[in-house]
Order: sequence, then C-alpha cells, then structure tokens
Amino acid sequence: MTEASELAASYELVVIGGGPAGLAAATLAAQAGVQTVLFDENPGIGGQIYRGITSTPVRDRAVLGDDYWAGGALADEARTSGALIVNGATVWTLDPTLTVGVSIAGKARLIQAKRVIVATGSLERPFPIPGWTLPGVMTAGAAQTALKAQGLVPAGRTVMAGSGPLLWLLAAQLIRAGAKIEALLDTTPRLNWLRALPFTPDFMISPLWSKGLKLLREVKAKMLVIPVGSVEAVGSDKLSEVVFDGRRVPADLLLLHQGVVPNVNLAIAAGAEHRWNSRQLCFEPVLDRDFNSSVPGIAVAGDGAGIAGGPAAAERGRIAAIAAVRALKPSASVPDPQTARNALQREESGRAFLDVAYRPADAFRRPTGETIACRCEEVTAKQVRDNADLGCEGPNQMKAFLRCGMGPCQGRLCGLTITELIADQRHTTPAEVGYYRLRPPVKPITLAELASLPISEAERKAVER
Amino acid sequence: MRTADVVVIGGGIHGCSTALHLALRGLKPILVEKDYAGRHASGVNAGGVRQLARHLAEIPLSISSMEIWEHIQELVGDDCGFTSHGTVLVAESEAELASFKARVDDLRLRGFTHEELIDRAELKRLVPAVSDHCPGGVVSRRDGAADPFRATQAFRRRAVEKGAEVIEGVMVTGLKRLGEIWRVETSDGPIEAPKVVNAAGAWADRIAALLGEPVPLHVIAPMLMVTSRLPAFIQPVVILRGRKLSFKQLENGTVVIGGGHLATPYRDRNATVLDWTKLAASAETVWELFPAMRAATIVRAWAGIEARMPDDIPVIGRSGTSEGVYHQFGFSAHGFQLGPGTGAMMAELVATGSTNVPIDGLEIDRFRTKI
Amino acid sequence: MFKRLDDAGTTMTLTVDGTPIRARSGDTVAVAMLAAGIDHCRTTPVNDVPRAPYCLMGVCFDCLVTIDGVGSRQGCLVPVREGMKVETQLGKREAGR
Repeated sequence: MTEASELAASYELVVIGGGPAGLAAATLAAQAGVQTVLFDENPGIGGQIYRGITSTPVRDRAVLGDDYWAGGALADEARTSGALIVNGATVWTLDPTLTVGVSIAGKARLIQAKRVIVATGSLERPFPIPGWTLPGVMTAGAAQTALKAQGLVPAGRTVMAGSGPLLWLLAAQLIRAGAKIEALLDTTPRLNWLRALPFTPDFMISPLWSKGLKLLREVKAKMLVIPVGSVEAVGSDKLSEVVFDGRRVPADLLLLHQGVVPNVNLAIAAGAEHRWNSRQLCFEPVLDRDFNSSVPGIAVAGDGAGIAGGPAAAERGRIAAIAAVRALKPSASVPDPQTARNALQREESGRAFLDVAYRPADAFRRPTGETIACRCEEVTAKQVRDNADLGCEGPNQMKAFLRCGMGPCQGRLCGLTITELIADQRHTTPAEVGYYRLRPPVKPITLAELASLPISEAERKAVER
Repeated sequence: MRTADVVVIGGGIHGCSTALHLALRGLKPILVEKDYAGRHASGVNAGGVRQLARHLAEIPLSISSMEIWEHIQELVGDDCGFTSHGTVLVAESEAELASFKARVDDLRLRGFTHEELIDRAELKRLVPAVSDHCPGGVVSRRDGAADPFRATQAFRRRAVEKGAEVIEGVMVTGLKRLGEIWRVETSDGPIEAPKVVNAAGAWADRIAALLGEPVPLHVIAPMLMVTSRLPAFIQPVVILRGRKLSFKQLENGTVVIGGGHLATPYRDRNATVLDWTKLAASAETVWELFPAMRAATIVRAWAGIEARMPDDIPVIGRSGTSEGVYHQFGFSAHGFQLGPGTGAMMAELVATGSTNVPIDGLEIDRFRTKI
Repeated sequence: MFKRLDDAGTTMTLTVDGTPIRARSGDTVAVAMLAAGIDHCRTTPVNDVPRAPYCLMGVCFDCLVTIDGVGSRQGCLVPVREGMKVETQLGKREAGR
C-alpha cells in the first residue's frame, strides 16, 4: 500500500474514485503517457458496482452474475496501465486551484494536480421511513457490499423494500447465494408504468430490457413480492417488525432501496455548479460534452455526472480522460472519443424508461411527523416543515437553525430530503430551493491528520503575528 | 417611488442593528441587502462576544455593546445563544506575559478595568485543559460567545417587527443627490431617502466610491474550522496573540477554531478558496496548546468575506463628502460584538445629529490624504 | 443478521468492548461486527440512541467506532487486523480519544 510520504507533490492527472469511471479514465490517461494517480478510500478497487472484484470470497460466478465479473477486465487494465493506484486514500478537499487534500493511514498530504477527474459515483437515495435509523435497517447496497466483499448473506428474518433495478438485482443475487428473504415490498407507484409507456420502445431495444425481464422473472418465482403504499420499521433498540399497509411481519433485517443519486459532495465543495434534474429527482453537475464542470480543469465522470450505470460510467471516464490528455499532452495518441460516445449513447438509451418507471413516490421522499429527516443530528421531518413555515427559505438557513446537514455525513443522507421538504412546505420547486452549500473537508479529518501536513517554516511563520 | 427616512445598505449585524435602532426611534428605514441577512461575515464568524484585546478607539463602543448583549433577549426577543464565561488571552512565555501586563496597566490608567492580568494558577483554574507551558494571561470576565447567524437574523426580524422594511436579493447600484434627498438606485428600482447608512461590509468601498470618497478597504476571508461534538472540557473563549488562534467550545460540544488565517476571497462570486497549509499550522497550534484535542475530528472548514482597513479599526461616522450619508463598515474581522452597540450609536447619530459614545479616530477622513 | 457463505480465508481475533470476536481477513471492522451478531456500534451524541451500520460504503457515518484508541473511525472503511481493539462509541466522542 502506498504511504502518504511516497506521494509526489504533484501529478498531471488526479482521478478520484476507483469505480468503473475512475478505472477507465486512469487506464486511458496512463496508457497515453500522462502521469496519473487514482485515489480510492476503500481497501480495494471497483467502487460500488464492482466492489471486491479483485478479492471477493464469492466463488460461484453465477451468484453475482456476468455484469459484475465484467468489471474484472477494467480492474486488470487499470492495474497494468502505469497509473499509480492508491487504496485507503480519502480525498477530503478539492478546490479551483486543483489542490487535492488526501489522507492515507492518518497522514495527510496536499497534492497539486494539473487536471482532475472526480469519479466518486453515486450513493443510495435517502429512504426516510419511520424507524429507518434503527439497528437492523440497512440499504440494499450495504447487503450487496457485504456479499461481494466479504461473502456474507442475510440470516434471520429479512425483508426487502423499495423500488428500482438494483433492488431486483440484489434480490436475485441473494436468492442465488441461498439467502431466504421473507418478502420484497415493492413501493413502485402503480401509475409509473403508465407514465413510462412513451419510453418503452427505446427501452425495449436496449440491453437493459431483456436483462431486466429475466431478473424480474427469476425473483418473482422464488420470492414473495407485495406492492405496498407504506413501510415502517418498528422496534425499541433495534428492528423487530416491519409494518406495511396495515400488516405487520416480524423481522431482524430490513433492506431499503429506492434508486441511487450522484454523490455530489466533492464536486460541489470544489465549486462546480450543479442543477436539479427533475426527472431523476436529484442534483447533478453542469457539464459539457467532455464532462468538464464549471471549474476549469475539473471533470466529473461516472454516476456522479448523472445516474446511468456501470458500463456508461466507464465510457464517460474514457471521454473525460481523452479531453484531459488532449489538454495536458496535445501530441499524445488517444483513442477516438466517438467510439466511447457511441457506446455511451447505447448505454444511456433506455434510462428514461427506468427513471420514470422507478420514480420513487412522494411519500417516501417527503416524510412527515417524527420520521427522522437528518440522521446525524436527529432532526425530524416535522421540525424541518415547521421551520419552513416560519420563513426558512432554503437548506442553508435551515442548517443554521436546526443543524441538519452539519453532521459528519455532510448532507449525503439528508440533503435531498431537506430540499424536498422545504419545496413541499413552501409550494415551490427543489430547483428554486437549492442545496446545501458544501465546504471541505468533505470527509472529517482529525486535527492530527491536518497537523501532519508538511508545512514549511515560511508557512509556519505566516500564521504568527 | 419607494421612500424611507433612512436607507441602510447591507444586512449584516451592523446594518440590521442600525435598522432596528432607527425603527425603535420611530424612523422608517429600508434595508437593502444583496444576498440575505447574515449571508457573509456577520453570519459565519466565530461568534466571539469580546471586549478583550481591542484597539483603544473601539473600547467605548465595545463597552456599550456589551451592555446590550447582556440584555439581548429583551431587545430582539431571542437570546441569540449568548453565553458568558469570559475570554482568556493566553501568554505562551514570560516575555509575552510582561507585554500583556504593560497593556493592562495602560488601560487602567485610562480608566478601563475590563481586562485583568492573571497568573499561572488562575489560568489553570479558568482553563484546566491548557498546556502547562503557559505562565498566565489576561481575562475579560464579561466576555462570551453567541450564534452569529441567529443573532443577525434576530436583529433583522425584530427590525421588521418594529417597522423597518428589509429587501433581500437586491443590490445597490448607484447613489445620487437630488436636492435634500438621496436617490438610491438598486437592481430592483430606486428608493429615495434623506439619509443613507453604508454598512455594506466587504463591498462598502464600492458604496464609498459612488460618493467620491474612495477608501483603502482590503477584502479578506478569515478561515474557521469546527469539530464534531466533544464532552465539555473548556468554558471561556481562548485567544492567543503571538500565534493566531481563537478557540471556543459551544454548548452542543463542538469546538470552533479560528484566529484569522486567511483564505482567498472572490467577493463578486461570494466564494472563497481555503488555504490548508495555514489551517494545518493552526491545527499544530491547537495541538500544542490543548493536548487533549489531538484526536478531535474536523468536520467543516469555511471562510467569510470581510473588510479589513489598513489600521485594523472600523470606519464609523459621517461621510466626509456627502451630507446625510454615514459609514459603518471595515470591522476588520472583529465587528460581531460591536454590532448591537454600534447600531444604537449610529441610530442616535442619524436621528439627532450627535452621539454620546466616543467614536474619535474612526472617521473616514483619516484616509483622505493617504490614498 | 448475517452469516458467511463459506469458511475460506484466514481467521483472526479482535476485541469489541473487551469481548473477543472472530473475523476473517478481508473483513472491514463494521462487517466483522455484523457477522459476529453485534447489535449496535455506537450511540448518538444528540439523543443517545443506538445505531448500527446503514450503508457500508462510507457515506452514512453510522458505523463510527473507536479503533485502537482513535475515535470516530468509519468501521466500514477499515480492514481488520489481528488484535485490533474496537470500542463502541457512546454519545459524544471523548476529547482525548
């Protein structure tokens, strides 16, 4: 494992995130001769979708499926590309001067980049239901991570709830791995299917269609699937029951999922402009066709640019890397970006259908009453709505009054909820309301880590009077 | 045509306090703020409510302001999170302590008793967590801290309740004298008033320039860091002189670390870029002063956009060129505590033509020959 | 809540609040605790309620534990090592840890 002291003071290209976008970008740039470093905070590469790809204890390839194993090629290429890949490296700051602050094993360094590609991917949309903070309630992604990276499957009474392709994929993977799931509570609003009709032709010709159908059939054959309008987690110190539409079922583990949204924290803190995507119901960066953000020198590739899945992420990474290489070494030989653009377009067709079909219900995005809206600071939906009524117009003012967004997760699990609650209560749109103003460090760092930054005598003198 | 008795430019704590105090005197102010009240320095500073270590010219205003802080609930209907456990200026060497003693002696000669020299034992009693290498310091026992955004918003809210109008998201673009009246051009149309107060913070030089009196205002972006919650281990606010540090633990357990290290401001974009090497040096200072803080977690860092004058003291008083215009800006990163009292004083000056609070040495004319 | 698919991989021992648990190389601290059936890994600083890992990918911060004396570590990002001392993080993190 590379140590902080082994890092150079500067790199031509810094890639942040070791999922498909980051791996593809680092590979292409390094192969073109650009001095490239890739930072990822996990112990291994692969990001979320290919988590554990180089180390998974899951031997039976059928469990995780072919799409997962396709990540192996990406990982192999990256490791032999000449890019320096650093795991266990948490990037905590990025700014318009392209200074990257990174911590490895408790030691921090500031790295100067000439170009940066932010490939920090997506995270699961918050799913604020009553009781969602109880021990025993986790995301579907968490169960998938535990399966891929450590070969763990749910034991005990497990219920899945939510909506979206990843929920079905996980259900299938868990069945194949031999886990027993009591029920899958499908929260997809019935009306979505009607709304999705116009997008169906594009979807049917995309590779997602047949894969999706197969998955659905596989899961429905082996698992009880119940359409529901409400879900609650109940228990005193931990989950004991799941309540849905007036029925109760005992449970030890509830896995929630209602889609993924871009992980915007690093890009926003770096100053990149973002805007509301009203079809995908999330904020995403404003980018040009090469995935350059509004901050010169910073590109955002992968799901962080907008949700489109793993293979699309790799193509976006390649397009962004080509632009970076052309800027850094105009004479270097790079592949024709049109190949990647064509592949990307194929991957993106059919997304509209998924976005509309699996659009989460208002009730699950805009909670009420005592349901926790901000997990870190334990702020309830009622508190947020009441403050919105008192005149709090936006999340930054809300933050000052209720502390929502001031906890360590920095809004990753509450930002969208808070924005939507304010929009709901004040009868306006999330686009109008805006998002938290995010500042570094985007991941907490200890005073010791910060003090471990190499400081010259001149810099030390600068802070004396 | 919108009209008012006074147009107040800028919705920081100074503008909001002045607007409130004008309304309390029965005048009708209109406050124009280009973003929202408390968006900049007033809303994001370390919240220090401090009399300690001030320039002589600021001390009368600081004392009158402190009296208001102690009754803030009555004035604005909100306690603003104000707590008072004193501010302690820690000496790190005998030489420093000697220089502090000279200052305290000098203040006493001038009749100011708010600063008190303390020895090692008293320092340890007040700040048990401080490192053993510190031989003593100075304490101002009435000092404390408050929530800056909450306080600014409380002044804004009370000002509106008492009859002020507050317009946000609107920028002043011009100032023109028409007879006895000022026509204030804004991005949302003009407002006319006989009097204008320039409380525009880091943008106040632009307002002054519109009046033909340019000032050497320097835009700065002082940085702050805040930790995650820690069990209570320190009560007073702690500051250092030789090395830049301000350090306080809030009621909720988080620790706010400041000291005036500067980020790079971009005032036209409301943006700042932090300087991590300076924050690292600040972290080292905290480490050496408070060993218990070594494993504390920094959760957020930020910087406000503020105005600094070359002599580090504000510009308060009548315009040197323009009848009916008053200045209240340039607080050089230590204006928060002065807000309540300066607003009261400014309202008195605007309404009656004079004020009882001494503001000698703060007039804008001191820059006239120096540009 | 969770069980292992098979028994491959080197095992090792860590302690959680003094109690030894078996973990496997490749586990993260959070996963080792889940596999050992530990209910919660911290209590919150605001209301003192128990929490357990939620996302296992470093974004929820509910898996915060003290590891070898250093508090507020995200258990889901730290690979296990033989002899590691893990402690649940109760309420506000202590200043010295």
